[in-house]
Formats: sequence, structure tokens, C-alpha cells
Amino acid sequence: MRFERKEAPHWSSQASVASMMLQVLAALVPAAIAHVWFFGPGFIFNLLVAGIFAVAGEAFMMWARRRPLEIALSDYSALVTAALLAFALPSLTPWWVTATGALFGVVVAKHLYGGLGFNIFNPAMAGYVVILVTFPMYLNLWVAPRMGDIDYQHLTIIQTLVFTLTGNLPDALGFDAVTRATPLDVMKSGLNNMATATEIRANPVMGDFGGRGWEWIGNFLAIGGLWLLIKKIIRWQIPVGVGVGLLGPALIMYLVDAGTSPGPGFHLFAGATILCAFFIATDPVSAATSPKGRLIYGIGIGFLIWCIRRWGSYADGVAFAVLIMNMAVPAIDYLTRPRIVGHKEGAAADG
Amino acid sequence: MTAPTYDLGKLHGGLRLLGHKQASTTQSILDVPVPSQLVLPIEQHVGEPAQPVVGVGDYVLKGQLIAEPDGELGAPVHASSSGTVVAIERWPVSRRHGDKAPCIVIECDGKDAAVPDPATTDYQSQAPADLLLRILDGGIVGLGGAVFPTAQKLMQARTCDTEYLILNGVECEPYISCDDVLMRERAPEILTGAQVLMHALQINDCFVVVESDKPEAIRRLGEALAELGDDRIVLKQVPTIYPSGGEDQLVQLVTNREVPSGGLPTDVGCIVQNVGTAAAVHDWILRSEPLISRVTTVTGDGVVSPVNIRARIGTPIEEVIQLAGGYTEHVKHLIIGGPMTGKSVTTDEVPLVKASNCVLAISDTAPKGDELACIRCGDCAAVCPVQLLPQQLFWYACADDEKKLREFGLIDCIECGCCDLVCPSHIPLTADFRIAKGRIRELADEKSRAERARQRFEARNQRLEKEQEEREAELARQKDSARSAGPAAIAEILKRKQQEKKDDSG
Repeated sequence: MRFERKEAPHWSSQASVASMMLQVLAALVPAAIAHVWFFGPGFIFNLLVAGIFAVAGEAFMMWARRRPLEIALSDYSALVTAALLAFALPSLTPWWVTATGALFGVVVAKHLYGGLGFNIFNPAMAGYVVILVTFPMYLNLWVAPRMGDIDYQHLTIIQTLVFTLTGNLPDALGFDAVTRATPLDVMKSGLNNMATATEIRANPVMGDFGGRGWEWIGNFLAIGGLWLLIKKIIRWQIPVGVGVGLLGPALIMYLVDAGTSPGPGFHLFAGATILCAFFIATDPVSAATSPKGRLIYGIGIGFLIWCIRRWGSYADGVAFAVLIMNMAVPAIDYLTRPRIVGHKEGAAADG
Repeated sequence: MTAPTYDLGKLHGGLRLLGHKQASTTQSILDVPVPSQLVLPIEQHVGEPAQPVVGVGDYVLKGQLIAEPDGELGAPVHASSSGTVVAIERWPVSRRHGDKAPCIVIECDGKDAAVPDPATTDYQSQAPADLLLRILDGGIVGLGGAVFPTAQKLMQARTCDTEYLILNGVECEPYISCDDVLMRERAPEILTGAQVLMHALQINDCFVVVESDKPEAIRRLGEALAELGDDRIVLKQVPTIYPSGGEDQLVQLVTNREVPSGGLPTDVGCIVQNVGTAAAVHDWILRSEPLISRVTTVTGDGVVSPVNIRARIGTPIEEVIQLAGGYTEHVKHLIIGGPMTGKSVTTDEVPLVKASNCVLAISDTAPKGDELACIRCGDCAAVCPVQLLPQQLFWYACADDEKKLREFGLIDCIECGCCDLVCPSHIPLTADFRIAKGRIRELADEKSRAERARQRFEARNQRLEKEQEEREAELARQKDSARSAGPAAIAEILKRKQQEKKDDSG
């Protein structure tokens, strides 16, 4: 009897990139619901726009590179990029802004570097930074969180959709009527105006730790992130690293001078800290891969976020911190190679 | 009775795999009848192929030497049953390089007549060196699958400071259960084999190591050990994690010592022998039965009823399959060895050899998706027992970067296959590494060839130069002597030349 030849091992992997990406998307669902709950339906429109353009960009690039379309589209990585971008954008974002970010992320940051697996930079963060430098004004349009005692005009679904499509608010409303500064903006401008952190934290946008509404989204992101940890989709080193790198200096400076330095609780629950720790920095392609390297990579991101928040001109620093550390990855990986069993510490393998 | 699990070293990575061993361990070992034809490859071991000492037409008895080792590393081959040598020719075998290899084909007469029983001597009264030579004659090789000649391994260990004999009953690879059933059924013989080995090695410490998924084997070994009352032998249980049974991995687990890269367990005072090998040593030293049969697991979803069999070395696999109820309809691949490291063969005409611990018939196992680009998730590095970075190695293997491949320890890869099993991009990492290793070896060969050629070339140039110099020196010397001889000598020469001319024309 004849048999087909085959190379060992004769078992095959049960894991797949598609299932990893789907699990990442699933882990984002609770936070997405919370996002819609607190900041209105704009998130859904952003997600749709980002998703459509990310997938279209991916399909176009695969066609242009003469690669099979279905391979790229069936790994869902473009959708993860789109979802992360949607989380980073304010709920009121005109479609062309979102589309610019999504297309830049997928076409330039991902495919011009060779597609999934070869991109040096995190596509979602590259897209976000392009928006930050090309449409900075639109990144301030965060509506007020929908909480009972915050008295603000809330847009209806139709009004939000119209804004997404045209960039125009209903005639009677100005931006001031519907949007508010984010907690990080409030903190930054307050500190610049010589207010103390404690005074600033009395602002109604502030919650128990970070910003109102933001805290809850943070909680749900953390739940999703923990689930990814349990499922071993991500490893603990990067989230812990980000936490240590950001909260460590924050705690020290808080203890040194609480007047000008918001505490670690604020840093944790304000801005995109938790999103970054569990979902953005953990993008495997653009992150370090050795266990020790991942810890260093995470600490670097956390520390850079803290530096940018403290001294930078931007309120949050997640995107820049991630992109800067992306550049450091080859060096980190090279310097943190684990000792191969049977080799002496520090010695390279027999050359 | 449970064996102690404390005091173990720790292995990096590894995988908890589904054992699939239940099916083949429900019944005791079945004896395969002597087949009508035996096919005995002359190379069933690491080292040089053995040289046939019988010719076509010769009648051979069971246990008769038919090929003797050639060179320092090798093992003899014995006839597994009585019959007539009908051919010495190339035959399909399970090997990585090429499909066919020289084999001695014996047409069995069914009498199974054995060579007259030589008197067995009491091994304890034998000098270790004599005992080692005796083991060499038994054709015994490592039965865990690596088939390193046992006698030479022992001799090498004798030259080192070897402290521990480790009997490997771990059998960590899924589906394979031949050592498990052997430990259940022949625990006393295995332990006696260990005593013989300890005497040959002149050491007093032996660990018998079994994985925790074999409670019955551990119980039987415990009972046999209690009966034997040899306190030099200690039973140890290790957790069920693949690949704990790899030689270097086992040393690390049991002694917490790392075998240095490129080194041997003896470098850290250990020698590892498979439990099956210990039983074979027992059979040869105490019963004068050379290695002519072995226990093999016949299993997988490609056979009807998985089973463990004891078959003569040289039995065609197709006959062995019959004892497992034949093939099922969805059989697609036939693998000699386990699902992680076994070699696939294209035909079941291949004979069962000393290395064949498992015959695995399986249905399609193709991955569910296409091979994608590496996304650097690092899961491969997390499971690598040698703590390599397969994702980086893969990158350098694609780039054919020999220097980086060496630097990142490709040579240390044990090809266990763990990285393949966790890769979400379905990259055949182990196969790629195997190819890359082959290329590195080729490159090294090429380099040494080029180096030799360079040396030859330079030597030739030097020789030519030297000859040239000598010639010039000679010429100069002649000129000098001519000059010093003066005009008289020149006139003499001219005169002689003229004379010669005259003679020619005359």
C-alpha cells in the first residue's frame, strides 16, 4: 500500500491567526458597549467607517501586491486595527478623518512594510498619529459622558450620523454645547494654569480615579484584557511593563509633590492607558518577542506615556510612546535573548 | 505505590499533549508470528553500516551473526529467525535520506531454529571491559529510537566521570506505549538489565524515570524493585510534559544539570539508556538472546485496533499492521515513530527495525489554514525546551543567514516539534529548521573542502616557487662555474659542439 509523504511533526497547530484576532475583537466587546453607553453611538459609526476603509485598503493592497485576497481578509487583522483606531477616536469624528487614519495604518504602516508580520509600526497607532498631525482639531470632539448629573446636550443617533457624514452639527448647536475637554486635557490645562491636581480633580469630568465614564470603559477593557491573558492570546509582560513604567514614576512624583502630579489611579484610568496595556502595546507583530524584552518594551511605553503626559504638549502619549518603542524593538530583542539551555550566561551560541 | 516526584529540575516550555495511549495499552503484548520473509537493513544504528558476513544462498539460524560492525561506531546484525539468505539488495526502509538501503533478505523456513545456546557466564564475575565487549556482540542499540550503539555509549561513559545511570521510561511522545507495556510486563528484567549496566559502568547510582501518566508501570517497577532489594536503584516519577523524554531534557529534569551545547550527558556525569535497551541487555547477557525482536506500538486512527506487538526485527510493516486489524478506510500517512518526530514512509513494505518504537497510521492531519507570515507572537519561544527563539531562527532561516542561525543556536534545536504545534500561522518551523541545519552542515563541509583545496593550492604554489628558485639557483651556479672556468673552458665547449656537428653531417 502507498502513503503520502509528510514532514514531522505529524500533528498540526490548532491555533490560528484568525482565531487570535477574533478573540481580541471579542475581548473588546464589553468596552465597546460601555463606550456607546457613555459617549453615544458615534463609536459605532467610527468603527464602521474604520472597518470599511481598513478592509478596503487591505484588499486593495493585496490586489496591488498580487497576493491572494482571501488570505489577508480572513485573518481579521484589519478589523482589529480598525477597532483599536475607533477606540482611540472621539465619538464625534467625521468619516474622512477616520478613513485617513484607517487607510494610512493599513496601506502605509502595514502593507508598504510587507503586510501582516512585517510591519514595524503598530498600524492603528500610525494611523492615529497621522490624524493627530493632519486633523488635530477633530481629536478634541469628545462628547460629555452620559451620566445622570452631567447636564449636557446629547446628540441623537441621527444627529451623530449626520455629523459623521458631513462634519456639521445641527444648526442650533455649537461644539461647546456638546463636547467637553477630556480629563487629561483638563488636567494638562489646569496644571499649566498653576492649579493644583486636587483642585483640578474637583472638575465634574473627573471620576473616582480618572474621568467619569472613562473609568468604566477602562474596567471593561481590563476585563477583556484579563480574559486574553487567561486565553494566552497575550502574555503578562507587556501589560505589567506598561503599568510599572507609567504608574511607578507617577506614584513617586505623587508622593514627592501631590500638588502638580496626579496620582497613579488617575494615570491608570485616564486616557488610553488600559487600552494600550492590554490591546495596543500587545500587538505581537510590532512588539518585542522575548519575555524579558517584552517587559522592557512595556516599561518603555509606560514611561514614555508618563513623560509625554507630564512634559509633552499632547494630553496623552500612548500613540507616540508605542511608535517610539516600536523602533526600539529590534535592539531590545537582540539584547534580551534568553540563555539557550546548555550555553553559559551571556555567551552567544557557537559561532 | 508512587514514585517520588520531588527533587526534580525544571524544563523550559514543553507541551501537555493528548496521550492517545489508552487504545494500545488495553491488552498485553501480542507476539507476531515469524513472517515468510525477513528484511534486515545492515544499517540499523548510528555509525557505519555493518558488513554482511553471509552470502546469498547461505542457511542461517536464529540469532546467527549476519553482518558485523565496520569501523569504531557500529553494531552487528543477527538473523531474527532461521532460513535462507535469498538476496542482499537495496530495499525500501524508513530513513530520512533516500528511500532504499542495503538489506539482507532471508526466506524463513518456519522452523525458527536457533544457534546452539552458548553457556552464559555470571556477569558479576566478568571484568567490566569484557562485559562491554560482550554487550557489543549482542547488536544492542538504543531502543528509544536514537539507535546509538549501546556498547560504544557505555565505553565512552567509562572514560568519563559518570555518576548516574538514568533509565528512560518517560516515553513522552503521544501514541507510543511500547515502553509502558514493557515496564508493566517485564519490570524485573528491566531492573536486572540496569544492574548489568551498572556493573559494566562500575557505578552505583541508577534512576529509573517514568512519566506520571503510567501508574501501572510505576506500580510494577516498584514491586519488582522491592523484590530485588537493590537500593542503588531509585524510581522517579516526572510530570507528563512533552519532550521530557529527550535525553538532555531528562538529564536536566532528574539531576538539574544542563548538558552543555554540543556535549553529551556524560559531560555532566550521566548516561541515559532506554528501559527497552536495559531489557535487551538483560536478554543478551543472561539469556544469550541477541537483539532480534522488539516491542512496537501499532496505533493511530488509521488502524482498526491499536495494539502493542513483539515482532522479529526485519518483519515487513504490512504484516505487523494485520495484527492491529488492518487499515481503516481513512488512513493517509504511515509513520515510523511518533506523531512529533516520526518519519513518514511511502510504502508498508519497509521492515520493522531496531529503531521502530511505533508504527503510526493516521488520517489527514493537514493544518486548518494556509501558511501565513509569522506574527511574532512568541508562542514558539514559550514552548521551546531548549529556550531558543524559533521566530527569530525562522527569520534567519528564510534569509539563509548562517552566522545568525549559529548565533541563535539552530544547532541546539532538538527538532521536538513543539513550536509547530502552537504556531498560529501554521509555519512548518521544525521542517524548515531541519533543512537549515542540513544547509549549515553542507556549508561547513564546503568550507572544509574549500579550505583543503586552498591549502593544496598554496602548497602547490609554494612547491612551484621553490622549484623555480632551485632552477634559478642551479642556472646561476652553472653560469658562475662557466664564468670562473674562464675562456679556456668556453673554447673547449665550442670545440666539442663543432665536433658533434661534424659527426652529425658525416
